[in-house]
Amino acid sequence: MNWDWNAVGDFMPDLWHGLLVTLQALALGSLLSFSLGLLWTLLMRAPSRWVRWPVGVVTEFVRNTPLLVQLFFLFYVLPEWGVTFSALSTGVFAIGLHYSTYTMQVYRAGIEAVPVGQWEAATALNLPRRRTWTAVILPQAIRRVIPALGNYVISMLKDTPLLMVITVLEMLGRARLFSQEHFQFTEPLTVIGVAFILISYLASLLLRALERRLVR
Amino acid sequence: MTSGLWELVLRGIWTTVQLLVFSALLATAVSFVVGVARTHRLWIVRFLAGFYTEVFRGTSALVMIFWVFFVLPVAFGWQLVPMWAGTLALGLTYGAYGSEIVRGALNAVDPAQKEGGIALGFTPWQRLRLIVLPQAVPEMIPSFSNLLIELLKGTALVSVMGMGDLTFSAKLVRLALQQSAEIYTYVLLIYFVIAFLLTRVMRGLEKRLKAGVGTGPGAESAAREPKRAQSTGVGVGGGAA
Repeated sequence: MNWDWNAVGDFMPDLWHGLLVTLQALALGSLLSFSLGLLWTLLMRAPSRWVRWPVGVVTEFVRNTPLLVQLFFLFYVLPEWGVTFSALSTGVFAIGLHYSTYTMQVYRAGIEAVPVGQWEAATALNLPRRRTWTAVILPQAIRRVIPALGNYVISMLKDTPLLMVITVLEMLGRARLFSQEHFQFTEPLTVIGVAFILISYLASLLLRALERRLVR
Repeated sequence: MTSGLWELVLRGIWTTVQLLVFSALLATAVSFVVGVARTHRLWIVRFLAGFYTEVFRGTSALVMIFWVFFVLPVAFGWQLVPMWAGTLALGLTYGAYGSEIVRGALNAVDPAQKEGGIALGFTPWQRLRLIVLPQAVPEMIPSFSNLLIELLKGTALVSVMGMGDLTFSAKLVRLALQQSAEIYTYVLLIYFVIAFLLTRVMRGLEKRLKAGVGTGPGAESAAREPKRAQSTGVGVGGGAA
């Protein structure tokens, strides 16, 4: 086994570019999954089963099929229907949609964990429905679920390399490009492997600290 | 779609199923070995097992696959058949997630059960095999069921390496027909059906194993819940549990 530090040095600029794209996709994908997930949860509580049933089926379907195939689907099929996005937007949308089906379960658990007394108090105070949600239930529910949401952010981070297959040049894409140009596979792939481990480990430490603060 | 193309898809399904079975077996073995090692009394064993988990859980499955396919042959001279390379990468990665499930379930067993085993003069191995595992395994099944679905979705990644699985067959059909909507819809549906069948099988398995434990359903599970929620770590799939 021969390890070439010069190759590592040459790869560094590419790594930073890739990291930037990875973090960008991660941030936008997280925001999308948090908001879509909340939307699904609220729709699943709708009084009409004509709303609940389709939402339930669609989210179950998205959750149980591979993100990779969903990416291909969005990337190849949408243009056939005349809708074109950039590769990065398609990737962000796919990740956000896929993970929203996970975050919806997190929100649901958080909302169910709000004590019944809170609902009753809101009724007793004659709060309108909208105000009950925005001022009483959601602030308590979301506080509880932040650690669980954070776990999904870390999962999303580890799924961002999939965007490589739809030509987004994030970290893995950069590494592959670099290794094809320079015929050095060991160094770039190992470097980004270590980078992923470091980032997700730091993120999990951060999350644990956050969790301690919130639980207090 | 012509019958020739369907045959391609069928062959893809067969590869996916094979890969799923092999990597699920490897992942199960890894999760039990590492999970039990994390409750070992020697700190060095616990540390090594914990290190393994952090490393393999920390990196992305796709990066792992790239590493096994490209770096192992160059750096160590091990050229693996694609099927085994895929099995290795997926089994090691998902085994690390599984080890957290095993550890959580082992810790959730009532300590009095282990103490009872010590009082009766059981060896550590007997305690594990006869007392702890029979109670812990049924508790693991729902989480393992979620992880199995994640693994099924993970098998799609090997198509990036050109392995002829279900996702790869979709690519070939797309190139042949020059249209994507139909084949990708079919492929998504096929994955969904496989996932549905797996969930059913795991639910049946859980029922069978729970019947052997002898405690009523849900009698103690409420007390165990917080512990398990804490110990099942990052990204173990499906917040359903």
